[in-house]
Amino acid sequence: MLHIENLRAEVDGKEILKGLSLDVPAGEVHAIMGPNGAGKSTLSYVLTGRSGYEVTGGSASLDGEDLLALEPNERAARGVFLSFQYPLEIPGVPALTFIRTALNAQRRARGEAEVAAPAFLKLAKEKSAALKIDFEMLKRPLNVGFSGGEKKRMEILQMAMLSPRFLILDETDSGLDIDALKIVSEGVNALRGPDRGMLVITHYQRLLDYIKPDRVHVLAGGRIVESGGPELALELERAGYDKYARAA
Amino acid sequence: MSLAAALRTGDLAQLPSRRDEDWRWTDLRGLLRVLPPPSEPYDGEAPAGPFAALADLPIHLVNASSPIVIRTAQAAPYVVALHLAALEGGSHAAEARIEVADGAHLILLESYEGDGAGYVANLDLKISLGAGARCERIVLAADGADGVSVSIADVVLSPGADFTQTVLTDGARRQRIETRVTHPGAGATVRLDGAYLLDAQRHADLTTVVDHKGVDGTTAQLTKGVVRDQARAVFQGRIVVETGADRTDARMRHQALVLSDRAEVDAKPELLIHADDVQCAHGNTVGALDEEAMFYMRQRGIPEAEARALLISAFVGEVIDRIAFEPAREIAQAWAADRLRT
Repeated sequence: MLHIENLRAEVDGKEILKGLSLDVPAGEVHAIMGPNGAGKSTLSYVLTGRSGYEVTGGSASLDGEDLLALEPNERAARGVFLSFQYPLEIPGVPALTFIRTALNAQRRARGEAEVAAPAFLKLAKEKSAALKIDFEMLKRPLNVGFSGGEKKRMEILQMAMLSPRFLILDETDSGLDIDALKIVSEGVNALRGPDRGMLVITHYQRLLDYIKPDRVHVLAGGRIVESGGPELALELERAGYDKYARAA
Repeated sequence: MSLAAALRTGDLAQLPSRRDEDWRWTDLRGLLRVLPPPSEPYDGEAPAGPFAALADLPIHLVNASSPIVIRTAQAAPYVVALHLAALEGGSHAAEARIEVADGAHLILLESYEGDGAGYVANLDLKISLGAGARCERIVLAADGADGVSVSIADVVLSPGADFTQTVLTDGARRQRIETRVTHPGAGATVRLDGAYLLDAQRHADLTTVVDHKGVDGTTAQLTKGVVRDQARAVFQGRIVVETGADRTDARMRHQALVLSDRAEVDAKPELLIHADDVQCAHGNTVGALDEEAMFYMRQRGIPEAEARALLISAFVGEVIDRIAFEPAREIAQAWAADRLRT
């Protein structure tokens, strides 16, 4: 599914990713942990094509297709979804309008028919109920005045509505209390499936109690420096990232 | 100094110029080397304007030069559409006096149109509202790219009156839409909104002056605009709170999106407060589209052009959504959508 090889990237002329390699097969959830400044968010932005993040070497592909050659919206249409650490506020655009615009743009890009309004509303009602989001909230401009927890839930709702093939969760647990964390995690877990891959980026082990990874990787100094099973996350929680400090 | 005086006398020296502080960004003296002669009567079919179908009284003036008077005393909303067309070159000077009696309610739908090369048009409006009267004024200015047009409305309110205004414009070669409000306080309320959507080399100047003369007056103002290419927008908003006009509540906001390096927005928000017990605020932001929001939208699959259009139309939509008279709001929405199509 996701195949990253020797990826190098810089921001403002400073190299952040220094030869990162990673494979996430379909059906698996991989966690990326690491100290602050290791390049975790950079990885998520490079994979989704944010401007200002310049790839200087290596490759990243999804099911064999070169992701780095595509525009951000083309990557989204191929099924790459990034749940933002800090979701943006979109003034004046109701959440429902936003999601419907995104869904239909993706469907058009894939050569699929657009979703008609009644079917869309039915789906939105269903998915928002599962995430305990008041449907009325979806009529308000997306994320404007929403709390941190509400914004994260709105990310998961978009994820559920857009049904992406590959999910990147960037610090999705930050700013969530324990109840919100449970709801969000259930939302993410509901999307696990044999055809989907997930990359869960987190600084803390806590999220991984709820979203259980198949593999855990340590990102430090712009490279994956260690990989292991779920037990690696627990060990990191105990020992911290000090032993990787050299790499950074 | 005014375009009206220059047209009346034929004296170019009467034109406002950059030396007049209030006109420094909309220089007419430097622009017009000659004043075109008064326009010939137009012998084609007279256009009725975008609002005619909504009106109890549709008035259309083509190449106008004669004053008109509109009076209403009815409490139920009376809808007047006033359309001014400048369809040939030449100069056009119109005057209108609008009187809304005590307790009466007028919806004034004003529209401009121009496609004559090099025309110069001036409209002077005198609007008076009696005690407790209401007036919603909506101006849709669709001037020609070669036209020079000035519209100046002098609004005088009585206690308890409610005046709301929304000006929508896509500019002209040079255009000024000015509103001056004499505000008695005394429970009277004013809302002055505007939206400008300018491209090419168009120029629009939205100037407002509100003079609070007594206690307990309210003014709320929201102007938003988008400029691209080499367009230039001017926003001048002045709110004066005179000595003794306590408990005045005045808020002004101007926000502009600049979508090109060569486009320009000149803004001058002013609060001149001579009373102590007031609540006044103004905010002014001029900037580019939020690139982070753009990336967020594209990450969700929305192509760049569509994301930009959605953000811009939502930005301007805030002004249009405040139009209370629904049929006019729909026309305004269609007008904006048409101009934002890229």
